[in-house]
Amino acid sequence: MLGYTIRRVLQAVPVFFGTTLLIYFMVFAMPGDPIVALFGDRGVNEAVAEQLRARYHLDQPFFIQYFIYIGGVFQGDFGTSFSGQPVSEILASTFPVTIRLALLALLIEMVIGIGVGLIAGLRKGKIFDATALVVSLIFISLPIFVIAFVAQFTIALKLGWARATVSGGAPWEELILPAVVLATISVAYIIRLTRASVIETSQTDFVRTAYSKGLSRPRVVRVHILRNSLIPVVTFLAVDFGVLLVGATVTEGIFNVPGVGRTLYQAIIRGEGPTVVSFVTVMVLIYLVVNLIVDLLYAALDPRIRYGK
Amino acid sequence: MSETPLLRIEDLSVGFQVAGGAIIPAVKNLNLDLMPGETLAIVGESGSGKSTTAHAIINLLPGTGRITGGRIMLDGQDLAQASEAELEKIRGTAIGFVPQDPMSNLNPVWSVGFQVEETVRANGLASTKQDVRKKAIEVLAQAGLTDAGSRMKQYPHQFSGGMRQRVLIGIGLAANPRILIADEPTSALDVTVQRAILDHLQERTREQGTAVILITHDLGLAAERAEQLVVMYRGQVVESGPSLEILKNPQHPYTKRLVQAAPGLSSRRLVSARTSVSATGKAAIAQADASTGTATAIAVNNLTKVYNIRSGTFTSTPLTAVDNVSFSIERGSTTALVGESGSGKSTVARMLLGLEKPTAGSILIDGEEVDHLGKAGMKALRRRMQPVFQDPYGSLNPLRSITATIAEPLLVHGVGNRAERQARVFELLDQVSLPRSIAGRYPSELSGGQRQRVAIARALALKPDIVILDEAVSALDVLVQAQILELLNDLQSEYGLTYLFITHDLAVVRLIADHVCVMNQGKIVEAATTQEVFDRPREDYTRKLLDAIPGATVKFGA
Amino acid sequence: MANKRKSANHYVAPFDEKSVDVIDAVRVDDKVSNLWLDAWRDMRRRPMFYISGVLILLVTLVALFPTLFTQVPPDLDCQLSNSNGPPAPGHILGYTKQGCDIFSRIVHGTSTSLSVGVIVVVMTTILGIFFGAIAGFYGRWVDAVLSRVGDIFFSIPYILAAVVVMSVFSAYRNVFIISLAIGIFAWPSTARVLRAEILRVKNSDFVMAATAIGVSRFRILMRHVMPNSLAPVIVVTTMSLAAAIVAEATLSFLGVGLPTTFMSWGNDISQAQSDLRTAPQALIYPSIALSITVLAFIMMGEVIRDALDPKERATR
Repeated sequence: MLGYTIRRVLQAVPVFFGTTLLIYFMVFAMPGDPIVALFGDRGVNEAVAEQLRARYHLDQPFFIQYFIYIGGVFQGDFGTSFSGQPVSEILASTFPVTIRLALLALLIEMVIGIGVGLIAGLRKGKIFDATALVVSLIFISLPIFVIAFVAQFTIALKLGWARATVSGGAPWEELILPAVVLATISVAYIIRLTRASVIETSQTDFVRTAYSKGLSRPRVVRVHILRNSLIPVVTFLAVDFGVLLVGATVTEGIFNVPGVGRTLYQAIIRGEGPTVVSFVTVMVLIYLVVNLIVDLLYAALDPRIRYGK
Repeated sequence: MSETPLLRIEDLSVGFQVAGGAIIPAVKNLNLDLMPGETLAIVGESGSGKSTTAHAIINLLPGTGRITGGRIMLDGQDLAQASEAELEKIRGTAIGFVPQDPMSNLNPVWSVGFQVEETVRANGLASTKQDVRKKAIEVLAQAGLTDAGSRMKQYPHQFSGGMRQRVLIGIGLAANPRILIADEPTSALDVTVQRAILDHLQERTREQGTAVILITHDLGLAAERAEQLVVMYRGQVVESGPSLEILKNPQHPYTKRLVQAAPGLSSRRLVSARTSVSATGKAAIAQADASTGTATAIAVNNLTKVYNIRSGTFTSTPLTAVDNVSFSIERGSTTALVGESGSGKSTVARMLLGLEKPTAGSILIDGEEVDHLGKAGMKALRRRMQPVFQDPYGSLNPLRSITATIAEPLLVHGVGNRAERQARVFELLDQVSLPRSIAGRYPSELSGGQRQRVAIARALALKPDIVILDEAVSALDVLVQAQILELLNDLQSEYGLTYLFITHDLAVVRLIADHVCVMNQGKIVEAATTQEVFDRPREDYTRKLLDAIPGATVKFGA
Repeated sequence: MANKRKSANHYVAPFDEKSVDVIDAVRVDDKVSNLWLDAWRDMRRRPMFYISGVLILLVTLVALFPTLFTQVPPDLDCQLSNSNGPPAPGHILGYTKQGCDIFSRIVHGTSTSLSVGVIVVVMTTILGIFFGAIAGFYGRWVDAVLSRVGDIFFSIPYILAAVVVMSVFSAYRNVFIISLAIGIFAWPSTARVLRAEILRVKNSDFVMAATAIGVSRFRILMRHVMPNSLAPVIVVTTMSLAAAIVAEATLSFLGVGLPTTFMSWGNDISQAQSDLRTAPQALIYPSIALSITVLAFIMMGEVIRDALDPKERATR
């Protein structure tokens, strides 16, 4: 396990530098004045532009700029927003909200996704299975902002079951609707993946052997089929976290949830280039860390990796 | 016999439902009686319905399979009609099961101890935590695991194949069932391990007085281990009765064929190419001898191959797969390289074929050092030396037609134009006794034996002198295997071919080889003529291998 | 008939001399079959194939010849007096906020979505096949380097990456740039799938056989390895076409996609959101068009995957 952990962490190092360098490169190594480009059609605010030029050391060669920037990141300095507020400060106030939203969404995803997927897989070819397949296919096809608007329009505005926008403190109950919306896209994938995985595991030799030992069906399902089927689902959750981040940006924007996503959303809508870059970088770093954690979790689920050969 | 049978199967039929609702029968009107404490073997080739029968007894048919008729009577209860709950009580407690492949039958994510413990608990052998653990350790200890207590925590992948199969036998016998169904319990294991496992199984079931239904494809093994034999062919019983009687006096034409073909039970070298070669073969050998100035087709000197296996995060340990191996093969003869898995025999083959570079030592083909050949020389060599691999399903590209497959060597070496190549493909199909009509077909449409014929045709396309046969018949059913061996033998005598025959199966060696090299852990431990090795083995290891041939101890007048 | 019973329990089934086959006789179907032919036959048995096929054909037709479906110009001729107006004769879906015909805008927006989808897929497929094939087939340090590069691109969620690229290129937003922004970060999925598949196929016995016969490395890659590795790539490609269409709509929705002068479903949805309460039709209809298009490609991907995976076919 230790060897695996070390190997996995070491693998993350080049990826960390690679991604940050890549983002940095995309923004600051383009021809022309990157600061002017980032302001886009909003017109350049000279005072802010000057401040940015100094901050990003644009008079230095590219790699020096990058290393100064990365040095800052290690000290918790993720840059400055358009309005001059440090990104780390904004993060401190918005991050907890996003984490709550994401956890809620993840919970919904896992409970419904794995639950429905398991039942569908065990009843392959029956009505429940067929319905789950069709419904999940439709949900996969719906872009997140369409789901968000439809939910906002019907559940909040027409039926009045929830608030259309979340209030300042983002209490848990108001986060439920955005979390459900956020969960919908991935839940469909998890249903299909769990289903396929359950069907495959059900046909393995060791499941037949488990029955031959005299185990009851509920026990075989729980201990052997479900447990083994979860391994690919966990892998998927890691990759899928990127979708969750993008989804959070859109969902938080539409439901006005005061989280990291809404900050990014508003920065994008307003064309605040520097803020966008800072927040995207932060999100990518979060994504890397989550992937690392999930990979380690994966090892905990699968002894073949834990005792790596 | 006056005794009442423990298990009586009457008119059992099993079918698999296919898309569209039709049911394909897999077992038709099967009858058998199992007496208490008796071992009964069901023998048949793949697709004969033997495993389906075994699974039907405890109603664990895969996929869409179900019992379509008949009765399975145990203690006055019909298992074919039993509910799931009733079957749960019978499985494990009254009928134990030992599956075929030890690699896939233990759940990889749970410790071995956990999987034994749940068996103990499910069959009510113990209830408190300590008792369950104690019983589980006892089961593992009986399975022959030293240090059973500490191995409880280990996972299946940390066990060897033989050890896993012992654990599975332990699980199958944990609740002391009256019947044990063993579905090809050793066919995935090396021969020497196979023998040890079967001895262990026999000892345990004798001790407990368990009746055994042994499913096997190996007639020799069945005859050696079972009192009663049931021979199945295409879903039906063709012959059943006392083992020895059936072996000595097979009645049904299918059983007769099976007894004749069983390599463990019979016989001698088919015919040697060197000694009885056709005129054309002799001419070919003489010509090659003259042109190369040597009668030695292959000479391997001090061949060594070392791999670096990653053992930790940053460390690797060297593994010597082939250790200082030397042998030579005379033109027109067959040398068998025999060994168990991990003995290094296939690595030798891959080095000969130029698929891997030796770490040390030399390979001489027709007196020429392979290592000194350039790219062009290597290509020329490949024209004269062709391979046939084990897996007839894997060794043909599924997306290329039979013609494209057989013609590929011709195309790559620039032989002939399109029409000439097509003509040669037809000629080769004739030589391997396949109809020309399959030329436009794809490998997935052919059976294993037919695919292996295609692979042989491809190997012969360039009229090579040497053919390397890497486990070329190991995956085939007995009758097909016998046919392919005969084909190889005919081709050898016709064209004076030199064979290097790599196999784990000593029984087959006797049918085809002139010389045998026995390999163990990378080294050749014994090299001699086939007759010498079989009649007067010098090394313990060779003797162990010979003893492990199933059916070797069965004496009967054939 | 020679049904004899040697002893009380020696049973011999009735037989005649012909009851046992010639060993391993060649039996072939009337129809030639291999993976692709079987997959094609399987697909044609499934209703989902026809539904998605017809939808894809329809969307393509609309994209290529929008004027066959509507005579109303999408952006000229808009009258603010019609703002958010209800359906009227000749304007079956009503009007947008700017008073333009919703149906016409949907019809004319189709080509934008589809071209982005197609350009992205062409790009990711070329990059993915190139990098995936080289990494998988040549292995060793080439694989190590390419896989790490792929990891880096893979670690940035491609919509976020596209947001950054589009922010930087705010001055040059067009169909090609947005496709580039999406595609440059989407190719690692294709490459990964292909690489994994090639690693599997590369170890097949038929590749070893080909090497031993003397077939060159390049020919082995092209003739033996690639054809046997492409099935999952085709599935990923179909699916990523759908994903690219969603990505373009999302970017346009976020305001970093195509300029508002372009006809794009994402733009229309974005502009209609402020009037969701009063005029949901301006948002709902383009959303439906978008979702159906995406659904069509995803369904097709599913059908292809089911057909190409023999294991899947057996378990269905």
